[in-house]
Amino acid sequence: MSIDNYQMQAEVNGERLVLDCAGAAWWPAERTLVFSDIHFEKGSSLARFGALIPPYDTRTALKRMGALIARYAPSRVIALGDSFHDRDAANRLDGFERATLASFVNGTNWVWIEGNHDPQPPTWLGGRVTAEIAIGGLVFRHEPAAIPQAGEIAGHLHPCATVTLRGHSLRRRCFASDGTRMVMPAFGAYAGGLGVDDPVISSLFAQDFAAYMLGGRRVYAVPARGTPRFVGVAAAR
Amino acid sequence: MLPRRFADWFGSRGWQIRSHQSALIEHAARGESVLLVAPTGGGKTLAGFLPSLIDLANLPARRRSALHTLYISPLKALAVDVQRNLEAPISEMGLAIKAETRTGDTSVSKRQRQRHSPPDILLTTPEQLGLLLSNPGAALMFASLKTVVLDELHAMYNSKRGDLLALGLSRLQTLAPGHRRVGLSATVADPAALQRYLMPQPMQGEARSALVLGQAGAKPKIEISASDEYVPWSGHLARHAMGDIMEAIRTAKTALVFVNTRAQAELTFQALWRVNSDNLPIALHHGSLAPAQRRKVEAAMTRGDLRAVVCTSTLDLGIDWGAVDKVICVGAPKGAARLVQRIGRANHRLDEPSLALLVPSNRFEVLECNAARDAVMAGELDGERLKHGSLDVLAQHILCLSCSKPFDASALFSEVRSASPYVHITRDDFDKVLDFVATGGYALKRYDRYAKLRKTPEGLWRLAHPRLAQQYRLNAGVIIEDPMIEIRLQAKGRPTGVGGRVLGQMEEYFIEQLTSGDTFVFSGNVLRFEGIREDGAYVSRTQEAEAQVPSYNGGQFPLSTFLAQRVREMVSKPETWDLLPDPVGEWLRIQELRSVIPKPGQLLVETFPRGAKSYLVCYPFEGRLAHQTLGMLITRRLERLRLRPIGFVANEYALAVWGLRDMGNVDMAELFAEDMLGDDLDAWLAESALYKRTFRNCAIISGLIERRSVGREKTGRQVTFSSDLIYDVLREHEPDHILLRATYEDAGTGLLDIARLTDMLKRVRNRIVTRQLDRVSPLAVPALLEISKEMVAGEANEDILHEVEASLIEEAMRVD
Repeated sequence: MSIDNYQMQAEVNGERLVLDCAGAAWWPAERTLVFSDIHFEKGSSLARFGALIPPYDTRTALKRMGALIARYAPSRVIALGDSFHDRDAANRLDGFERATLASFVNGTNWVWIEGNHDPQPPTWLGGRVTAEIAIGGLVFRHEPAAIPQAGEIAGHLHPCATVTLRGHSLRRRCFASDGTRMVMPAFGAYAGGLGVDDPVISSLFAQDFAAYMLGGRRVYAVPARGTPRFVGVAAAR
Repeated sequence: MLPRRFADWFGSRGWQIRSHQSALIEHAARGESVLLVAPTGGGKTLAGFLPSLIDLANLPARRRSALHTLYISPLKALAVDVQRNLEAPISEMGLAIKAETRTGDTSVSKRQRQRHSPPDILLTTPEQLGLLLSNPGAALMFASLKTVVLDELHAMYNSKRGDLLALGLSRLQTLAPGHRRVGLSATVADPAALQRYLMPQPMQGEARSALVLGQAGAKPKIEISASDEYVPWSGHLARHAMGDIMEAIRTAKTALVFVNTRAQAELTFQALWRVNSDNLPIALHHGSLAPAQRRKVEAAMTRGDLRAVVCTSTLDLGIDWGAVDKVICVGAPKGAARLVQRIGRANHRLDEPSLALLVPSNRFEVLECNAARDAVMAGELDGERLKHGSLDVLAQHILCLSCSKPFDASALFSEVRSASPYVHITRDDFDKVLDFVATGGYALKRYDRYAKLRKTPEGLWRLAHPRLAQQYRLNAGVIIEDPMIEIRLQAKGRPTGVGGRVLGQMEEYFIEQLTSGDTFVFSGNVLRFEGIREDGAYVSRTQEAEAQVPSYNGGQFPLSTFLAQRVREMVSKPETWDLLPDPVGEWLRIQELRSVIPKPGQLLVETFPRGAKSYLVCYPFEGRLAHQTLGMLITRRLERLRLRPIGFVANEYALAVWGLRDMGNVDMAELFAEDMLGDDLDAWLAESALYKRTFRNCAIISGLIERRSVGREKTGRQVTFSSDLIYDVLREHEPDHILLRATYEDAGTGLLDIARLTDMLKRVRNRIVTRQLDRVSPLAVPALLEISKEMVAGEANEDILHEVEASLIEEAMRVD
């Protein structure tokens, strides 16, 4: 299949990745699709405490996953941890959601990475469970390691970036990478975000790193160090 | 009519009872509810209380520990002030009457005591009434109620607070069926709406309270500051007029200087002090200042220590300062009623005219000021579009009542639709709101086990868990502010984030666009932004005289429809132009020569090239909010016509769109056709930031998300669970959900002003006048001047990402 010209490409530790604006990474060389922090059933998890927010977050995630799987036809899918919002989340899926997810899992070589929200992802859905997995020049784990490791693809931090122009700011989820390692954006419909200027994220990277912000039709790369500000430059255009 | 003791007291003060005061006593004697419409300074509040005082004076004191009269004001400070003023007649007549306030500041022990052993007269706010009604003891507390007095009713009845209050009243009607209501109001265009508001509405027809009109005050004297030499083309700061304003302050005892936004207040205050060579005591007052600072200013005002206060609408209502003898309004008046209200803040004596100075800050405002003055002198006021009761407020009310005791759905439905804002509600919608409160009301029934309300075996609805009552109390109320962040002054030589006195609060979205080192104006000072820490935004003082980052975010109130109509008429009559300052008259005459002056019912659309761009400018005069919405929709359409619009800017009077291709040949009738309110509107709402903000407010008021969990969280400011995510998911899966409907209804009159846009498009059908010009027209200049200054507030889309990327590429690829 042909890949849209608009797809942003990024190299991490010499491996070429395609960053999809839906918030997933596609690794063509390994035909591997990566989702991070899906947080299935976060909605119903909050409902338990009285916030009856719309119970459609799982369906939204499944719909987007289905579209990506259909587009890339991966031979391997890695769910990079925090796939389920809590330990009981998988039990709250309804029949339709269960069947949909099972068809994804069983249709490919599926890897559940353990996350802090789901230290033991359910195995009855299929797929294999592991703390981390190394393939080629990359290693996939949920939380970025304290000691930098080249080729690490991690999640957990839900990076977001903000750009400001003429007094308007726009905040979007993003991939954060310095070419050596990368933090994936959260995929879940109700996942919150942390600014890339927060030391928790910025300290992971070398001096220069980029935020690959998710747009509606493509991904946009902006420098992530400090808050990017472009006040007035557009007037010169 | 007046008991001896009261007549003597009036006599001892040298007062005559006024006719509206005795009229209110007569209506009370007949047990009738009544609306009193009177200007300030007419003893209106006392009139509202006299019948209660007379009634209470006749009751044996020992037999009472029961609430007799409930007074509700939109302002906490006003309740406190009125209570103080009540003490005079009570103590001077030696009446054994206890009058107490209950506000957010009242101590917990006092509040508890008030519930069990209430005062005779309780003075409070609509929010507190809601909280009282949520108590299990509400039925007992209000059973004895005889009278409800609603002060400044004109400021409440047609808003979400008015909805909340109306629902509270409908519950009081059930708890104390015999009570009567007294509404106190400034002059309004349509008193009938308020008269209906005061009465429980029957199933058929309508009920209105009695109406008493107070004696009209003397006509005000309104001057308009305008020079024949210079009138600015655009801008909102009236820098050119600071000398005039200073002179007006100098010749007054005490002046109130009203502006329309907080940012204008800051800048005007600064500018005044630059020309305040006599060092007159001039203070600043607006809603974002720390409460302690505001109290300080108010106290200084009461003592008569100040010569002027620069203020925003925070002082439109409120306690009377007898010393104020002049009101100065900087910028556009926006509406005749607002102007009357503000002018009424000066000189509370009926027989003397209030003095007012209007200071227009640009040419269009000169027209607006003249139109407003003419309207006020003719005694005409803006009519208000009556809103229907909001569904999110109803959701909050249902939760409130369920905290008190289990309820029957049918009985509650009848009660709710007796409140005048809710007479139109259908049983089906009511049930949907009830279902929403109980389980979220989703088509996908997933939350039955987490239900907030459950049915008892008897078929009543009850609260599922006492914790929910606590949640309700923490989140009650319908005033939702933008997420704010505290501004802390960093101590000299200390690192950012340590200690720091709180100067006040600012909108988070404004702070988020700053980087360390930027300067902005707040609290009357130019401040340097240092950084955001967990407990707020840290700033330091700076010596710079001018701030780099403007914090102007437009007016809160759009130009009223009524005033817009008058401005359009004034523009269309060349014979009136001579009354305007020379530069303004000349401006209109050249417009007539070079383009055309539209007739009152017409919409003028001009197109012209300028530089490398093409412009389309139209002049609906419908207010900035409606113009913004129009701009969003028009650019979508132009895009579809492949005319490549780049941007637009809206002000109160005009909308300017610019693009890369000439727009002169567009079929304007089609471009401005009403069908833009269909699919185009729908598509835009899906991504509009203003609309998402409206949704957020509804989500909070209805109790879907908690106020407290919306802003900051302990783990770091950025980790927020955004209501935008909920909006996206809900819209995708259940676009006709009751909460999205509530949002849409809000958007009709709120930030998007769709209702007004709808009326305008209807009005101008077949009345569009087009002009293809070879260069910019005089009327278009003010709008074009604003292009660089401000874009649409709160609306940012992905084009920003394109631009940022493009500018980076341009910078990187330039070889010089």
